[in-house]
Amino acid sequence: MNERTEPFSMPASFNLLWLQSAGCGGCTMSLLCSGTRELTAALEAVGVRILWHPSLSEESGEEATRILERCAGGELSVDALCVEGALLRGPRGTGRFHRHAGSGIAMTEWVKQLAGVARYTLAVGSCAAWGGVAAAGENVTDACGLQYEGDQPGGLLGANWKSRGGLPVINIAGCPCHPDWITETLTALALGAFGQQDLDTLNRPRFFADHLVHHGCTRNEYYEFKASAHKPSDLGCLMENMGCKGTQAHADCNIRLWNGNGSCARGGAPCISCTEPGFEEPGHPFHETPKLAGIPIGLPTDMPKAWFVALAALSKSATPKRVRDNAVADHQVLVPPVKKTGLK
Amino acid sequence: MTRLIVGPFNRVEGDLEVTLEVKDGRVAEAWAGSPLYRGFEQILRGKHPMDALMFAPRICGICSVSQSVAAASALADAMGLTAAPNGRITKNLAHAVENVADHFTHFYLFFMPDFARAEYAGRAWHARAVERFRAVKGSAAPEAMPARTAFLSAMATLAGKWPHSLAIQPGGVARALEASEKIRLFGLLRDYRRHVETVLFGDELEAVAALDSAAALARWAGEKPRGDFGAFLGIADDLSLERLGRGVDRYMSYGNYPQAESQFLRSGVWDGQLHALDAQAIAEDISHAWLDGETRHPAQGVTRPQDEKAAGYTWCKAPRLAGLPMETGALARQVVNGHPLALDLVRHGGGNVKSRVVARLLEIAVILPAMEQWVQQLMPGEPFCAQGEMPQAAAGAGLVEAARGSLGHWISVEDGHIANYQIVSPTTWNFSPRDAAGTPGPLEQALVGTPAGEGNVAVQHVVRSFDPCMVCTVH
Repeated sequence: MNERTEPFSMPASFNLLWLQSAGCGGCTMSLLCSGTRELTAALEAVGVRILWHPSLSEESGEEATRILERCAGGELSVDALCVEGALLRGPRGTGRFHRHAGSGIAMTEWVKQLAGVARYTLAVGSCAAWGGVAAAGENVTDACGLQYEGDQPGGLLGANWKSRGGLPVINIAGCPCHPDWITETLTALALGAFGQQDLDTLNRPRFFADHLVHHGCTRNEYYEFKASAHKPSDLGCLMENMGCKGTQAHADCNIRLWNGNGSCARGGAPCISCTEPGFEEPGHPFHETPKLAGIPIGLPTDMPKAWFVALAALSKSATPKRVRDNAVADHQVLVPPVKKTGLK
Repeated sequence: MTRLIVGPFNRVEGDLEVTLEVKDGRVAEAWAGSPLYRGFEQILRGKHPMDALMFAPRICGICSVSQSVAAASALADAMGLTAAPNGRITKNLAHAVENVADHFTHFYLFFMPDFARAEYAGRAWHARAVERFRAVKGSAAPEAMPARTAFLSAMATLAGKWPHSLAIQPGGVARALEASEKIRLFGLLRDYRRHVETVLFGDELEAVAALDSAAALARWAGEKPRGDFGAFLGIADDLSLERLGRGVDRYMSYGNYPQAESQFLRSGVWDGQLHALDAQAIAEDISHAWLDGETRHPAQGVTRPQDEKAAGYTWCKAPRLAGLPMETGALARQVVNGHPLALDLVRHGGGNVKSRVVARLLEIAVILPAMEQWVQQLMPGEPFCAQGEMPQAAAGAGLVEAARGSLGHWISVEDGHIANYQIVSPTTWNFSPRDAAGTPGPLEQALVGTPAGEGNVAVQHVVRSFDPCMVCTVH
């Protein structure tokens, strides 16, 4: 969708079916915070019609199961199958840790069937994409993503699987994902403006995954000078001590912003790289930066370690008092001075 | 006698399957089943204690701040840490925004659309219900959802984002608010107040909160059109919803929104009179869950899946207080807190479909004005986060109220790591299975006598009146 010039093609109808597997429902809750527009009307405006969504639709019980059966049987065409939540293969390969209520059939079976008939299949959130939080610890439920298990291709559907429309599973990663990531992917698909070239190497939509969380971070002056926070509520950069992975994590959280004008870093919390496979088991406490000889192990993407060390030493020595003092306070103790002459 | 298996229940959070034994068109017995297991309590073992702040909100996307606040409270308890006053207030505000938004979402998206179903064609109010509340198509949601989004934008300021904020800390919040943000928050609250007063209540919040009896509520509703709440009250009268879904008549609240000296909503148990809550008397029975082990207090609880257990019919444990099932939720909270309308409704019909929905909307009217006061108590420039250390060995509990009821986290720390973590969520109480004595859980009890079968949606009303959150239940 990045460099296309063809006009959009408005679909007569682009049918959306949404299933919740082993997740928290947070991606749906996030989706419902979609902007100031009314969600279903905004989707309808680009031709997206909701066949069934667990939080929005009227049909319950048998009626809902009947819709799934009609989709699986080809009676109702599914253009986009959105799956939220991890796929649980346990115990012992039975899928019984998550049976679809009413039908008694393992959710993994429903997903395989429906992905087989849908034009496109979308993993909504990091659970559906990689396994996510459900796969943490010893992964007792044998959770995986639709087409990945952590960062390994495979998952429920297999590494080489392609949807009827010719695309792998589209991984709208995030825990939760941003509402716009969902609506803009669906809109681009509905308009025929989304293809393989719009996916990154982990099959995430590039429109958000080609950015780093660091981009647009309001703590950038502290980052420049390596003026770092030491404890929760400090204003300084969260990378050196507080576990922030914003310089490595792929997402546009600080450009697009959440709930109007928020983000994890703006809320004082480190980026835990929730769009990345395996984020749930980083091998260190989430609120601490792992270091080797005092140097953070996780350096900014594409930055050689020697440069980082040299630049950090230089910028620390050049840190203005204002930035140094504010970094370890919870509100500005020194504000930028007002110059007497016009700014050059 | 016919056996029905009802599910999936949509417009509830997560997966629910209810099995009904139907005799002469009414439910004779019911079994509430949670067909999903995710294993958070197993995941948390061995982790750094502070990692609970990352995992807890991800138990549930709709009550994620409640989960965060419960985890932060359990950690603070283990650390012996008291939150900074600003941090306490900010946590209360974030928690209250979520709880109020949940009540609002439940009413418009989850509960009311059932009255637009074709089964009710012929009722005097049906055409209006279709126009207003029909799922996806009705006129109410396009007004309600942007209002909800605007209200939840307070979370950007209070907690960075929603759901799944990492800003909630044992000692307060990870970001201090500035004076201008106090102003912004107050404005957002006032704007949302305007919306609910105009569209939901057709009256001022204070007038709704002052309703003190079922008779006063009926008088108020009859005076003039009362917005969408009034529409519900009309439907509730016509369908006699006060006679549907009577629960166990015992109500529990952990209390909520800590203030300097007390809680804004007090804790307790109500069974016709008020008793102090003894949290040590909580025990989780697992006789009918696909789990191994024995009945234990959550501080010593274990969670070991056993999917082939013959007596099991759910992944949900059966929490009991002094051996008895308890109803939790907005009705329980308001009854325990002594709200005269909630007490009167319960005295004349117990917990039922109508009283549960009324209590939820009443709570919006009670909490929003308090939130406007809390914002004004914030003191920018003063600390928002008290700092502390987690001992190598410690234990703590965090007992809070999510929108849908009592939520408890119990943590024990050994050698600097989580040795045990147990979560008992609101719907674990409300939708618990039978215990070893065969006593049904609150929903299982509430469904008995409910008309069921072809063309009858009463079971749907009873289930949704609890505002169940199954993803919490089956953490």
